[in-house]
Amino acid sequence: MPLKPRPRVGLFVTCLVDLFRPSIGFAAVKLLEDAGCHVTVPAQTCCGQPAFNSGDRVDARALALQAMDAFANVDYVVAPSGSCGGMMAKHYPELFADDPNLAKRAQDFSAKCHELVSFITDVLGVTSVTAQFPREVTYHDSCAGLRELGIASQPRKLLKSIEGLELTEMKECDVCCGFGGTFAVKYGEISDSIVRKKTENIIGSGAPVLLAGDLGCLMNMAGKLTREGRVVEVRHVAEVLAGFTNEPPIGAPKESGA
Amino acid sequence: MTIHSTSPAFKRNAHNALADKQLQQALGNVRAGFIDKRTQAAERLPEFEALRDSARDIKNHVLAHLDLYLEHYETKVREAGGHVHFARTTEEACATIVEICKAQGARTVTKGKSMVSEEIGLNAAIEAAGMEAVETDLGEYIIQLRGETPSHIIAPAVHLMKEQVADDFRRIHTHLDADRDLTQPEALLTEARMVLRKRFLEADVGITGANFLVAETGTSIIVTNEGNGDLTQTLPRVHIVIASIEKIVPTLEDAAQILRVLGRSATGQDMSVYTTLSTGPRRPGDVDGPQAYHVVLVDNGRSAMLGTEFEDMLRCIRCGACMNHCPVYHAVGGHAYGWVYPGPMGAVLSPSLLGVDKAGHLPNASTFCGRCESVCPVRIPLPKLMRHWREREYERHLAPATFRYGLGLWAFFARRPALYKFATGLAMPVLGYLGRKAGRFAKLPLASGWTDHRDMPAPQGKTFQAQWRERGGRTR
Amino acid sequence: MSAREDILSNIRRSLGVTGREEPRLSAMQERLKSAPRGVVPMRGQVSGEARVALLRAEAERVAASVAEVAQPQDIVLEVARYLREHNLPASLRMGADARLNGLDWSATAIEVSHGPSAGDDLNGLSHAFGAVAETGTLAMVSGADNPTTLNFLPDNHIVVLREADLLSDAESLWDRLRATYGKALAPRTVNLITGPSRSGDIEQQIVLGAHGPRRLHIVILRD
Repeated sequence: MPLKPRPRVGLFVTCLVDLFRPSIGFAAVKLLEDAGCHVTVPAQTCCGQPAFNSGDRVDARALALQAMDAFANVDYVVAPSGSCGGMMAKHYPELFADDPNLAKRAQDFSAKCHELVSFITDVLGVTSVTAQFPREVTYHDSCAGLRELGIASQPRKLLKSIEGLELTEMKECDVCCGFGGTFAVKYGEISDSIVRKKTENIIGSGAPVLLAGDLGCLMNMAGKLTREGRVVEVRHVAEVLAGFTNEPPIGAPKESGA
Repeated sequence: MTIHSTSPAFKRNAHNALADKQLQQALGNVRAGFIDKRTQAAERLPEFEALRDSARDIKNHVLAHLDLYLEHYETKVREAGGHVHFARTTEEACATIVEICKAQGARTVTKGKSMVSEEIGLNAAIEAAGMEAVETDLGEYIIQLRGETPSHIIAPAVHLMKEQVADDFRRIHTHLDADRDLTQPEALLTEARMVLRKRFLEADVGITGANFLVAETGTSIIVTNEGNGDLTQTLPRVHIVIASIEKIVPTLEDAAQILRVLGRSATGQDMSVYTTLSTGPRRPGDVDGPQAYHVVLVDNGRSAMLGTEFEDMLRCIRCGACMNHCPVYHAVGGHAYGWVYPGPMGAVLSPSLLGVDKAGHLPNASTFCGRCESVCPVRIPLPKLMRHWREREYERHLAPATFRYGLGLWAFFARRPALYKFATGLAMPVLGYLGRKAGRFAKLPLASGWTDHRDMPAPQGKTFQAQWRERGGRTR
Repeated sequence: MSAREDILSNIRRSLGVTGREEPRLSAMQERLKSAPRGVVPMRGQVSGEARVALLRAEAERVAASVAEVAQPQDIVLEVARYLREHNLPASLRMGADARLNGLDWSATAIEVSHGPSAGDDLNGLSHAFGAVAETGTLAMVSGADNPTTLNFLPDNHIVVLREADLLSDAESLWDRLRATYGKALAPRTVNLITGPSRSGDIEQQIVLGAHGPRRLHIVILRD
């Protein structure tokens, strides 16, 4: 679709961001508006991925239809998450494969769904941001964003445009952090084994700041880091790109001097 | 004969595996070794991705015409002087093979590595009939000494450290000098070579699997690095091939296509050392080779997978790349999966062959990271197939009740936006307030799987949507 | 119903076919007849000097050794040299292959015996049917000329390859096998050998000489 002068973007904020860390949502709005978008936030709940991945197709379909209705009147649906973004962009058509009308509707809807960072680089053509963050950071590639949506170079490109920011890659940056949604609770021991390897790599990078594009992964890694007594500042990449870094990082106390 | 598996005890198996220091050390080798080798092999071949597509397409074509290719293959084997036997079940397959061996008056049966022979419990059947089954693949030989099952489909002893192998050799090879030095893999290999050479030469029957069965010529193809499969199938009077029905490929050209992705995906080798094509028994004028050649084709649930949403799984060429790249496999190893096939391919295949009521944990114990699918040489959508198993379980109410209710509760609210807004509008500020000092919760009711091992970051407070509305943000 | 009938009818039921449909039968016949090659890597698509160099590079990569000789009798000298280099006894077992038997072995001190291996031969000599440059692979066919056991039982395996039999890819090898043996009837065994025997089964460390030969030496006759 050719880019309109002011694309109408519906922000799919994601339930984790909505409930746990709204600052990511506001960072997303800033990035989109700075890039020339007209942003709305239709009343929304969940993209249906937890139901979908648990085998509950009935609820997954209902939530998908709800989302498609809520976001019917926008040009793009953008989510600060590769996981929710991937659900809408890749899996919605699968949910309605048995119904030709709904399948078409889902396909058309999916075509306008994007993850946030790849949207502003690949669709809006943004190549740099004006935020300041003169720190050393390391970046974790969340699985769905990486393997379903091909997101890898885009966040790195924008991060490197920040003056003074130094990006140090960790070993196995593209390996799962062990979150996997309900997996982290259902198979907690195995999830713990996986996240321990991840925190070892994070510490091994030497960077004091950890960034990623998915709040689920970030909460998992931040939670393990604090349990291990490590001092690593964990944020969503959108917050850094938008310059919204006054909020305490993920998992850190709200009322403190830091 | 029931297929013995401990898959229902996956969580307990995993718990034990995580605590096993030697296993964890050995699994570190899997992470580092296999992954880098495959990456390098793939990078060295520009046509690798195109070959993956080609391999997938060949397999899909065969599956769509499997009945016809099986008939053609059978005809060709017979024309070459071989025998073909069909086996619907594990019992039929074992009975057929035992009968062939007994008709020979066999005492010793050597075996090349065959996962389907593990699936049918062949060694136990051979032993029960009074004959000795000797595994000749080094990894299989080692685990046979230990009374274990393989923990990986191509590297059966990958869960062991060399000290453990040395202990086993000392324990079993009592005719050798007790003080001999077994600290290095070379010494262990030399000893195994010597011990097994004798068994190769005295075997009456040799049983191998087959990586491919070529319909065009009635040829079976095995792929090894050691040469044990070749000694197994060349020295004894009788060569038996056991293979599942989906191993068929139409032509030699099709075999060559898939061979180009098999070695690279499995071990990072462009070609395994020995790729052997066998067609029938020895010819007049041959001075070595078996007098008789039998092929036992095993169904055991595969024909029932055709035409279902699990059909893609029949493309599997048993390379092991999926488990080599799986973070769950790296954490718990192969034995935790409880049966013959571990890792992602085992998570999809085992419920088909054992039933989802027995093997249901396996497709659930996945983060859906997708690495398996990204490396599968025949592009099987493994996470999607695991999700289909979860759907089947959900329909049959096999998932644990707490989860069903928990997710049901979430869906209940999510499907009612006004109620969701109300409930979250109340709950999040409270949780935010409770967590503000520490910034996290060290304990959460109903989520001990999480908080036993890590903290849960506290919410910031008011929800995004509540704040957005307060600021007069546009909602349409 | 026999197991065979049961399985075939299960497959047909699952696929929703009778097995008598013309389009399906034609599709199979067509594929068997035309044997499409698919994707053949560019790597092997070289000839002449480049093809020999490729075979050498790929074979050495997998720990085989390679020598080139200009005429048949030089094979004898090269074999003798190889055995001396590795401090191996001057004994050799080979099959009935006329190309090897026709050489003058009396020019050396090598004790030559004939026939399949019984398991206690140290050195074996074979003549390859052909080779595939793309992967550094030798193709050996069974028979009295080059018994299959010689490929596996001796500790050290020396294989003679004529340059004219060195092919680019496996596809060319299949063509040559069919031309020699007919489309359907192949020899009992075709061994494609890529380097000496090895195992990585102990802690992922590669060790040579698992059950097959510890050493593989390729002598290319460029006449």
